[in-house]
Amino acid sequence: MRTRFVLSEMAIGLRRNLSMTIAVVLTVAISLAGLGVAWLMREQVNTMKDFWYGKIEVSVFLDKAVTQPERDAIRQELVQLPQVQSVFYESQHQAYLRFKEQFKQEKALVANTDESALPESFRVKLHDPKKFAIVASAVAQLPGVDQVADVNGALKKVFRFFDGIQRAALVVAVVVLIVAILLIFNTVRLAAFSRRRETGIMRLVGASDLYIQGPFVLEGALAGLVGAGLALGLLALFKVVLIDHGLKSAFGQNITRYIGWDTVLWTYPWLTLTGVVIAGFISAATLQRYLRV
Amino acid sequence: MIRFQGVTKLYPTSARPALDDASVDIEKGEFVFLVGQSGSGKSTFLRLVLKEEKPTRGQIWVAGKELSRLSHWKVPALRRQIGTVFQDFRLLPNKTVKENVAFALEVIGKPRHTVAKVVPEVLDLVGLAGKEDRMPDELSGGEQQRVAIARAFVNRPMILLADEPTGNLDPSTSVGIMRLLDRINRTGTTVVMATHDSHIVDSMRRRVIELDQGHVTRDQSRGVYGYAR
Repeated sequence: MRTRFVLSEMAIGLRRNLSMTIAVVLTVAISLAGLGVAWLMREQVNTMKDFWYGKIEVSVFLDKAVTQPERDAIRQELVQLPQVQSVFYESQHQAYLRFKEQFKQEKALVANTDESALPESFRVKLHDPKKFAIVASAVAQLPGVDQVADVNGALKKVFRFFDGIQRAALVVAVVVLIVAILLIFNTVRLAAFSRRRETGIMRLVGASDLYIQGPFVLEGALAGLVGAGLALGLLALFKVVLIDHGLKSAFGQNITRYIGWDTVLWTYPWLTLTGVVIAGFISAATLQRYLRV
Repeated sequence: MIRFQGVTKLYPTSARPALDDASVDIEKGEFVFLVGQSGSGKSTFLRLVLKEEKPTRGQIWVAGKELSRLSHWKVPALRRQIGTVFQDFRLLPNKTVKENVAFALEVIGKPRHTVAKVVPEVLDLVGLAGKEDRMPDELSGGEQQRVAIARAFVNRPMILLADEPTGNLDPSTSVGIMRLLDRINRTGTTVVMATHDSHIVDSMRRRVIELDQGHVTRDQSRGVYGYAR
């Protein structure tokens, strides 16, 4: 009887306030989706960093006219740097073989490139890829060094792009969350007002707060739940459209990894919980003001 | 059953106290009329008993409990021992007679079989047998007040408060309502009724407590409404 009664009161309340409830559901959905997107972008960036930082090596390209003593001096300098993990020498021939392998689909390019066009280089692995600048400045000025390839610089631009998306999603999430909170506040206030007769009688006959406020809080929580459900759908859409079709077709499978469905699924319980708790909590807090016993 | 000791109630918006150093003692099973002009403090008295308001000074005991020491979460338990009836009935217009009475039990979590058993009994008691499925707006004023009394009494409270229950009713209907309240009083329920209706008070000859500007000016057993004016 108890649960059935509270649930039926909740259903009546939802029906009476349908348009406001829909507004709450939609704002909660958008806000949670924004939070989810921000989180997914973060995970995507981390995935990319893990992948790239594992592969990053500093490439120290040598002059065409480099001499053997210069070569030895550069190697000497690199090896004694504390940031350096290992140093590997790549001759022009090895570079050419790798080049052929990398661009084997572009036959014309390979055919038109001579082995002598590719520079020899030292490939340097670092303990911490972020210390790139120290290594680069240590050897850049040495005689025989043509240039130190700034792989990190290119990565930084990519990361900055993703950080931008992440931040935008967060800002949207926060702004819409505020809207959602205000809407819940108003919805509950309206609901409490439209049912003041019922709640007045309930108080008079000695109903406990649980019975008086329960239906309102449940209404809020249910709206939060439905909103969260929509947000989960939006997030799945984001993963399919922007990651699987957008990013993957732009960067391909070889140069990076992408977040999988497990990452998306992992956000689901958290987003649902956030939606239900926020909506329920705001409802309860509003009632504290408008349904005093 | 109800005891006021030096109770003063000052509302923040008013300079004059609604109740001023009022002391009253109502025993279990009594039938008490609370009379006085509008603004004399009758409604404040009833609201204080329900702990809808806190007294500014003084102490109030209801059903053996001192209200200022009653914590917030125990207020519902207090109100379950008090039934309340108003001039304007306060029924739920979208519920039937039966549902209106059942509502009072449902919201305090009574099991369904109890509700199914008790509601017809109390509707029979107030003389509404056969009208269980009517809507309030299909009933006369007197019948609506009977529904309200049924709702107030269905949980068998120790105290029944009535705030001008006959104020919206014609004299002959009022007599019926008074008979009903008298019957409820005979079951041992303490009845406190605030009223303006001198005929009723004069014909019932019960205890009368008169309030004037917040003061208890008369407390008379088997009293009348007032002196000819």
